[in-house]
Amino acid sequence: MATAQPSRTQTRLEPWRDPDEKPYVRIEKVTKKFGDFTAVDDVSLSIYRGEFFSLLGGSGSGKTTLLRMLAGFERPTEGKIFIDGIDMSNVPPYERPVNMMFQSYALFPHMTVESNIAFGLHQDKVGKAEIKERVADALNLVQLSQFGKRKPHQLSGGQRQRVALARALVKRPKLLLLDEPLGALDKKLREQTQFELVNIQEKVGITFIVVTHDQEEAMTMSSRIAVMNRGYIAQIGTPTEIYEYPNSRFTAEFIGSVNMFHGRIMESEPDHSLIRSDEADCDLYVSHPGHVAPGTECWVAVRPEKIAITKEGPATEGGRNQAMGTVKEIAYLGDVSIYEIELDTGKRVRVTAPMVTRRTEMPITWEDRVYLSWRPFAGSVLTS
Amino acid sequence: MPKSWFLRAGLLTGLLFLYIPIALLIVLSFNDNRSVSVWSEFSFRWYGELLRDDQLLSAAWLSIRVAFISASFAVVLGTMAGMMLARFGMFKGRAFFSGMVSAPLVMPEVIMGLAMLLLFVSMEQMFGWPEGRGMLTIILAHITFTMSFVTVVVQSRLVSMDASLEEAAMDLGARPAKVFFVITLPLIAPAIVSGWLLAFTLSLDDLVITSFVSGPGSTTLPQIVFSSVRLGLSPKVNALATIVVAIVAIGIIAAGIYNAQQEKQRRRDEQMAQQGS
Repeated sequence: MATAQPSRTQTRLEPWRDPDEKPYVRIEKVTKKFGDFTAVDDVSLSIYRGEFFSLLGGSGSGKTTLLRMLAGFERPTEGKIFIDGIDMSNVPPYERPVNMMFQSYALFPHMTVESNIAFGLHQDKVGKAEIKERVADALNLVQLSQFGKRKPHQLSGGQRQRVALARALVKRPKLLLLDEPLGALDKKLREQTQFELVNIQEKVGITFIVVTHDQEEAMTMSSRIAVMNRGYIAQIGTPTEIYEYPNSRFTAEFIGSVNMFHGRIMESEPDHSLIRSDEADCDLYVSHPGHVAPGTECWVAVRPEKIAITKEGPATEGGRNQAMGTVKEIAYLGDVSIYEIELDTGKRVRVTAPMVTRRTEMPITWEDRVYLSWRPFAGSVLTS
Repeated sequence: MPKSWFLRAGLLTGLLFLYIPIALLIVLSFNDNRSVSVWSEFSFRWYGELLRDDQLLSAAWLSIRVAFISASFAVVLGTMAGMMLARFGMFKGRAFFSGMVSAPLVMPEVIMGLAMLLLFVSMEQMFGWPEGRGMLTIILAHITFTMSFVTVVVQSRLVSMDASLEEAAMDLGARPAKVFFVITLPLIAPAIVSGWLLAFTLSLDDLVITSFVSGPGSTTLPQIVFSSVRLGLSPKVNALATIVVAIVAIGIIAAGIYNAQQEKQRRRDEQMAQQGS
């Protein structure tokens, strides 16, 4: 997957690794039921000050319900939510130190852009001069200074999105909730806005919690991601952790694309695991600490870009991590090509190869016999 | 698309079917003959006589007052009921409430009128209010049945309105009452206005329910017209009807012009948004 990691993750502190750091938002064993349907199932989460945290999941995964509970629009059936140490159970939405940016933007159509942004400040009885100044600052932040007098329907989709952001930020909330903030924009604008959003978040220093179904969006923007599935959290981690070290088949398949080889653990040592896979028709050697007892059924996940595709046989020792097959499909995307190879066992494997040189003639073509191989660190052993 | 003769003929038949009776009525209102159906010559005679008929004018004034007051109350109650049905989720007894609110839409007017009469009579017997039948009882009855129409109009507007607008206002710190007056009310104003107009019109021309609950000395316009028809049709009624048609026509044309201008403005705004992006 061609995801640009923002450089900030290198310079940034990682408060979740510090055991003395107090979480800013604490979600404790929260469950939400609508009738018989459990939308959020026993979720516990700690989010730290200044984080850009993403709740990532498909539709019905409970991510929006969780966000709405943080905003106060839904009450947890069980469990508690703390923001900055204060229990939010009996705090109504209009008294929470939280603001939300809605998926539909929810701009008030009968008010100008300025009045929309000033609305929250008026509720707090802020002085007139200060309102004027803060609205101007907010408009400036989202580069819409000359649009203050317009009505929402006189703006383009991208501009509306920025007004919604300004309106949510102007009250300087402790926590900003964003429900699919880029969902209504077209692809080009979305990519551009991703970085803008990250920059704005760094400038204002407010903790962001974003709900998204778009994994690329989550990977680009977030400090950490919680992958949600059917109401529970499948995995929490940095984008790299989630992508490189998925903890389950669900996360591995949800984020990017992946090849799964079914097999059985043969060796489980502190420095490696060895898996016998009939699907791949070879032994799989994974150089991560083994934590599963030998004999257990498991899956080895290997990302398509970590597999090398060659016409000549590779020189890996003992035939581990290598397979042979026939090229069935090729998709040329310009920057990379995707190959789908049918192994001799019948298993289909997806491989992506970057197009480093410019060639009109492809070196590998349909029905070629090819060798696939990958390094010991490439795989992940999954048991669930 | 070339219009076929069939479509043209269909349109013409439809228009004739709808408007011949009204056109005939307008033409006959300018007839100088005492007999309604015999044309003699053009005159404004019946308009003059209409203005001198105190009974008819006071009935018209009563009808307008009744319609104004009952429409205003119906709008308040109907908006409250509409909010309840559209915004408060599945509260206990919602289906029952919804059915009760919309019952007057389908209930035969005769039954409504009879029920109202019985209620007023027994209320008077029990605690002496309302005293007799008159304007008050007519207004109460009209509020009851026009409220349902307002509820339907307001509810459908609320359902089509993005509920996150109200949530956003609340999220920004506005309490529920403030959210209603600052956000919800301005946005459903068009529905409230059309609900009011609908209630006003329904009240103005209601005959059946009014006949049950009106008393001596409180005769509405539809009652006068209806009873005068039974005594022998006076061309004065034609003149009155023509005036009503004229008022309605002016209202419709004004609304049409206003809508066309709004549409033009909206298109200009959209173009501006496209260029501005």
